[in-house]
Amino acid sequence: MENKPGALMRVTGLLSQRGYNIESLTVARTLDPTLSRMTIAVDVEPTAKAQVIKQMNKLINVLQATDVTDGAAVNREMVLLRVRTAQPSRTAILKEAEIFQARVVDSTTEGFALEVTGDPEKLDEFIDVMRSYGEIDVTRSGMVSMSLENKKLRLSPPVPTGAAQDEAFELQEVD
Amino acid sequence: MSSNLLSGAKILLECLVRENVDCIFGYPGGVTLPLYDALYDHPIRHVLVRHEQNAAFAAQGYARATGRVGVCCATSGPGATNLVTGLVDAMMDSIPVVALTGQVTTKLMGTDAFQEADTFGITRSATKHNYLVKNINDLPSVVHEAFYIAASGRPGPVLIDITKDVFQGQAHYAPVTEIHLPGYKVHGEGHSGQIRRAAQMIWEAERPFLYAGGGVIAANASDDLRKFVEKVDIPAVCTLMGLGALPAEHPNFISMPGMHGSYAANMGLTHTDLIIALGVRFDDRVTGKLAAFAPHAKVIHVDVDPAEISKNRHADLPIVGDLKKVLPRLNEALSELAPSMRPRNAAARQEWWKQIREWKAEHPLVAEVSTTEIKPQHLMAEIDRISGGNAIVTSDVGQHQMWSAQLIRFNEPRLWINSGGLGSMGFGLPAAIGAQFARPDKLVFSIVGDGGFQMSIPELATIANHGLPIKIIVMNNGYLGMVRQWQELFYNNRLSQVELNSFPDVEKLAGAYGFKGRVVENVAEMPRALAEAVAEPGPYLLNIKVTPFENVYPMVPAGMSISEMVLRPPQPVEA
Repeated sequence: MENKPGALMRVTGLLSQRGYNIESLTVARTLDPTLSRMTIAVDVEPTAKAQVIKQMNKLINVLQATDVTDGAAVNREMVLLRVRTAQPSRTAILKEAEIFQARVVDSTTEGFALEVTGDPEKLDEFIDVMRSYGEIDVTRSGMVSMSLENKKLRLSPPVPTGAAQDEAFELQEVD
Repeated sequence: MSSNLLSGAKILLECLVRENVDCIFGYPGGVTLPLYDALYDHPIRHVLVRHEQNAAFAAQGYARATGRVGVCCATSGPGATNLVTGLVDAMMDSIPVVALTGQVTTKLMGTDAFQEADTFGITRSATKHNYLVKNINDLPSVVHEAFYIAASGRPGPVLIDITKDVFQGQAHYAPVTEIHLPGYKVHGEGHSGQIRRAAQMIWEAERPFLYAGGGVIAANASDDLRKFVEKVDIPAVCTLMGLGALPAEHPNFISMPGMHGSYAANMGLTHTDLIIALGVRFDDRVTGKLAAFAPHAKVIHVDVDPAEISKNRHADLPIVGDLKKVLPRLNEALSELAPSMRPRNAAARQEWWKQIREWKAEHPLVAEVSTTEIKPQHLMAEIDRISGGNAIVTSDVGQHQMWSAQLIRFNEPRLWINSGGLGSMGFGLPAAIGAQFARPDKLVFSIVGDGGFQMSIPELATIANHGLPIKIIVMNNGYLGMVRQWQELFYNNRLSQVELNSFPDVEKLAGAYGFKGRVVENVAEMPRALAEAVAEPGPYLLNIKVTPFENVYPMVPAGMSISEMVLRPPQPVEA
């Protein structure tokens, strides 16, 4: 979608006006800084899905909306996690971190701050494991997705100003 | 052209001129002062309404009567929030409107400044698209984008919220010649293969049925529709929004379908084997119980909005495109296939027409007439007689709207102007103002109930101000008739808050504004009173006292199949 004020509100508004709760949402600019890519995780019943996606595609600021679960896609999320722990568990925590390919981003006498990415289910497991070692604080980034299929973005070409109104005007004069 | 230094307000007006705007319906206020100063000696006409909601309705009346973009204007805060109903109304009926609102100075935004409201946020879902302009350099392209978005594809309202400092600022103005909307897709031609398949399906059908809607009118495709109807010789219904898309006097036209549609229209839809749905959205007021709607039919659905395809009813053959472009090609494809395919089902189609004529004859839509009292249907029949299918009729919302739609003929598109989707009471009178400004040559009736009329009474001042020769017909039954009808039928006749007492004396009311008004209680006087109103060169307000307990029939109770329509009121049981 276009990287413009209000664009996010239009997309989320389509979901909220139908009473859907957004599970997660990430948005950041793309290689082209005038555009943003947004990943929304939302539970929509299958009958409403096509309608919601069509409505999103109708938004002026949206270049393309697709359901990435329709085809091959990779989904990732990042978790930042602080675990407070007693000295004896430190080595065990580092071992577990290694298994989940988590990195230590801060280490104090009270515990660790860890960073890990993965698919959301794997991150749930990681959080469960860490909880067993002590008190934890967690920030999840929300999911980012990328379709693995070759899809070309279709953009509308520029149009001359006054086009639509002229047409109606002429028709009216004939009338 | 060389660029020159202009204020934001003047740049805005320059852009409006370039969009061929000749008329704005609006109401000034604090932050739009610079705009109104620029308007003071500008050729664009500004019509001062008496409430911002009516500016939006008047702009719609203008747009609905012409197909051009209607423009309305309001100040920040309450001015902008008052527009909202009119914008949602335009959204529901796909009417091209551009709304201009003032916003507090950029520096004050977000500080709960005087008359500040989050117009951009509030109107997000009330518009097809909206803009907030904080930089004067963005103004020209935003204005042209707004007009393009409002008028193209599926039309709709677009709002531009402009801060006071943008109006006041100065910038070098160079006309914008091109707009870039990379994400805005306007669907045009329609898929050739699909069009050809549609032609095939149409010739293959034994009981084809045309279901045409407001989209035909929005696309200015009425002539192509008539050609289609005649080529296929297909029975046709037009929805509440589509009345006039096919001339009412056309031999193939049946009536409006749906909740208050005719028996033949609804039976046709129930028994057809192929619906050709053009510029319609299978609204619940048309389909009744969706699962039971047109159970034997395949559906060809042509619409400019892909989100309408298979939204309510599955389309066996969808075509996304502009009817103005699709219909001529469909007609061509039909002609090509006609020699080989047309004769195939000739007998079945004759049988189908025979059946439809029988349904029409069995339960025709005719006005009930009494010699002792004024039946509301009789009133509509009289207006129809005067109009002869040629007058503009704006209506409000309720029973009078349904009787008007059933009984008044419209032989051209853009004559029947009503709030279809949103059903906004108060719409009829201000819409007539817009329509009369757009079409000064036309006889304009504004048929309103005694409820809706009182929602827009302030606009009598606007009408008087400009001497607009609108014939305001209040169908006065002393009740909020449609709500009363439902209370009677579904709430055990417990009439709760629907009686309208203290209706004003219209002779005095109109007189107070300086024009003529009159009350009509005697059925023998009604035709003469209407003729007198029409003969009057200026506005005229008629209060027609009709029988209070009349109900609209036929009627499909909510949630029922349209084949289960109730044709007439239950006959009183003798004690």
